[in-house]
Amino acid sequence: MAWVNAIIQGVLTGGLYALFACGLSLMFGVMKVVNLAHGDLAVVAGYLAIGIIAVTHVPVLWSFVIVVPIMALLGYVLQRTVLQTALDRSVLTTLLVTFGLSVVIENGLLQFFTANSRGIGASLALVTGAFTIGSQISIAYLLLLIFAVAVAVLLGLQYFLSRSKYGRLIRAVADDKEAAQLAGADYRHVFGIAAAVAFATVALGGIAFGMYSDLDPTTGTDTILLFAFAAVVIGGLGSLWGTLLGGVVLGVAQQIGAQINISDELLAGYIVFLVVLVLRPQGLISRGVQS
Amino acid sequence: MKGDGEVGGGDRVDAPGDGTPVLEVRDLVVHHGQLRALDAVSLRVLPGEVYAIIGANGAGKSTLLRTIAGLHHPTSGSILYDGKDVTGLRPERRATQGIVMVPEGRRLFGSLSVEENLKVGATYARPGPWTIERVYEMFGWMRERRNQPTAQLSGGEQQAVAIGRALVANPRVLMLDELSLGLAPVVVQRIYGMLPQILGTGLTVLLVEQDVSQALRVASHIQCLLEGRTTLEGEPADVTADQVEAAYFGLAGAATASQPGEGSEG
Amino acid sequence: MSLVTEPTARQAESFRVTRSQRNVAWTGAVALIVVVVLAFFPYIVYSGTTAIMVQGFIVLTLASMWNLLAGYAGLVSVGQQAFVGLGAYFVLILALHGLSPFAALPVAAIASGIAALPLWWLVSRLRSGYFAIATWVLAATIMLVIEKFSSIGGGTGLPLPGFSGMDPTLLIAYTYWAGLAVTVLALVGTYLLLRGRIGLVLTAVRDDEVAARSSGARVGLARLLVFVVAGAGCGAAGGVLAISQLQVQPSAVFSVQWTAEMAFAVIIGGLGTIEGPIIGTVVYMVLQQTLASYNAWYLIILGLVAIIVALFARRGLWGLIDDRLNIRLFPVGFWLRTGDAANRRARDARNG
Repeated sequence: MAWVNAIIQGVLTGGLYALFACGLSLMFGVMKVVNLAHGDLAVVAGYLAIGIIAVTHVPVLWSFVIVVPIMALLGYVLQRTVLQTALDRSVLTTLLVTFGLSVVIENGLLQFFTANSRGIGASLALVTGAFTIGSQISIAYLLLLIFAVAVAVLLGLQYFLSRSKYGRLIRAVADDKEAAQLAGADYRHVFGIAAAVAFATVALGGIAFGMYSDLDPTTGTDTILLFAFAAVVIGGLGSLWGTLLGGVVLGVAQQIGAQINISDELLAGYIVFLVVLVLRPQGLISRGVQS
Repeated sequence: MKGDGEVGGGDRVDAPGDGTPVLEVRDLVVHHGQLRALDAVSLRVLPGEVYAIIGANGAGKSTLLRTIAGLHHPTSGSILYDGKDVTGLRPERRATQGIVMVPEGRRLFGSLSVEENLKVGATYARPGPWTIERVYEMFGWMRERRNQPTAQLSGGEQQAVAIGRALVANPRVLMLDELSLGLAPVVVQRIYGMLPQILGTGLTVLLVEQDVSQALRVASHIQCLLEGRTTLEGEPADVTADQVEAAYFGLAGAATASQPGEGSEG
Repeated sequence: MSLVTEPTARQAESFRVTRSQRNVAWTGAVALIVVVVLAFFPYIVYSGTTAIMVQGFIVLTLASMWNLLAGYAGLVSVGQQAFVGLGAYFVLILALHGLSPFAALPVAAIASGIAALPLWWLVSRLRSGYFAIATWVLAATIMLVIEKFSSIGGGTGLPLPGFSGMDPTLLIAYTYWAGLAVTVLALVGTYLLLRGRIGLVLTAVRDDEVAARSSGARVGLARLLVFVVAGAGCGAAGGVLAISQLQVQPSAVFSVQWTAEMAFAVIIGGLGTIEGPIIGTVVYMVLQQTLASYNAWYLIILGLVAIIVALFARRGLWGLIDDRLNIRLFPVGFWLRTGDAANRRARDARNG
């Protein structure tokens, strides 16, 4: 029965990982940017939420409404300035720049917030309670809520990409940015929109993570980035629902690892990731952005 | 050789009638790295014309069109649109101003359906007669298959979608880069057969074509490039087959009044 | 299309391909003097300074290895700390079995190089972004695995045995010389590697990979060799690290901070040049010493400078110097010298 619980936990955690992964997948699918600072951005969003709540004492759920648009704007600006310049240089430069950003962000957070881990406290019963089946299965409401939000976000993204004007432009630019230019679209602006969306989703994930678990400056790379990447790799690049599948597989693998040996949760995830990388190495060519 | 103000084919709906070119290129020099692809090329396209650029592979035809579209930066020279210098404009700005290119090889958006491709083309469209509906009317088969992914279409059908995508932007100058590439002659003829309909709405067409006879059939004005230089220019009615052949292959002894000398450069 | 110059067959005969000869002799002499002077440092400076120099040697070795990987082989590895850690642990394991840590150093370096082989098999087919992440994951995985073995300290690590009874000043001196030796070997080795065929293959790939492959260059082999050499070099640096710290702690030796430091040093100094890592390391050390009391600031500033340099000065500080003075301290390129007749003809054609 403990195993059933573990699997359920794993599946639900997969929703959180998918939330992290879809932004990474979007940025790589559209702009060919491997954002090594992706995880750190989630942590930034979490810390922003902590800071805003501490200063203004708004209810926790308000932090989403405030932080997510800020992060989206940050994404647009960062893409139009730093990342676009790096893209114009070379792939190598983009990788180096996002790596640099990752280190700068982490050390910046370390400097201002210290290495102590913090969480986003929430006192709503909805968020702290859990419902139980029998004696061994306990499902936290929060985790269920996060999974629901993840599915909702993926649905929203799918709708956005397939039906809206900018969604179409994003897909077009991802396919052939020169042809998009010939059709009158400024691809730099479209890239910016895609980045804004990616940053918004990762911010959502970061705040959710901060409510569910604790954040510290290194969580971005230790945990979030690697798992976001793993989810993308497992589920297949360019597929939104694939990131959910990837997240679920990863979550379940982690929980199984934890069942075997409690300290192996992280390791199990890494090993699954490496196995998948070895088995599917170069098939990971972007096919443009699909739903 | 050069016909001033005389154009063949198509109605000239928005021509001022004073010989002002809608598109003009002056002494364009374009490099690909160290190679000089275009060497002081000039041209003037009058409203309502079908202006064809011919030449062998590597003559610089596509480079010329791509530079006009804004995808290449010229080393020197200028591009004028309705008398305004657009040499510094980004490609998407030129498109929204009315210079729209159908690129070589179609370049449709592979993950988008037929209709989505057209919708993208219409996103930043100028006001005008062309709509997605009208494109469906022109290409009868398209409406039924509008939700299909473009990869499932034949070469000719893809070319039609590419042209439609450009038309719905309501350009003033429509540029066609190597339409016939990879298509059966019958299909090519059918597509070129649409030109009158296109011209009838006030467009001007600038096209690059490797098939010389096809170009001569549809063009009102013709220019031949060889190794980045203009070797012939005039109206189809005024040039002989021999002159075209000489200009195309660069044979000596076929000099005409408008043929510049073959100087050497360092 | 017309080329700027068109050599005819006759002209081609008078072209000669040579190596840069003049600079090497001078640079070699100066370098030798520098090394000799550095070797005397333990006799003339305080041990505090010596300790700082050892840190510099470690970073310089790491930087030259990372430069080899990213600047020449195009492999952006964010997991070189795996080899730093492996090198440190190899030294530890050998020391636990009675070998002197200094004697263990070369063994650890070789072992790290060998360890690079299976790792290469895992990641070699991956493209840039995936390669980077994979190396990161590998490093994290290796650390987690090593932490499981309590015989080598588990998660908390162990002190390094083999120094009991040694005079502290002497120890620092030996550590210093070990660090100096490793750094000199790393730099000389890199220089020789790049001057040879491997260097030619890598530069060709850097310019145009498809053309390089189609002309028969053994690209995969060259990259493998570079990865192994970098693994050995980083392992050696890790060994020196272990000796200088007198202990081996997993979180310290496997920290991704090592990659950050070596990458930033190389980027700032000049990616893809041999002189770059030297300059970059100097900048890094200066920053670290001046800001040492401000915790993470030196990394923040280093990172920001690296980003700016990567965006706006691709070839780093050395690139800026090189462009002005047009010198190469460690020339690995080739010169095309034309005979006088060819020069005259080309000149005539230009002016004609």
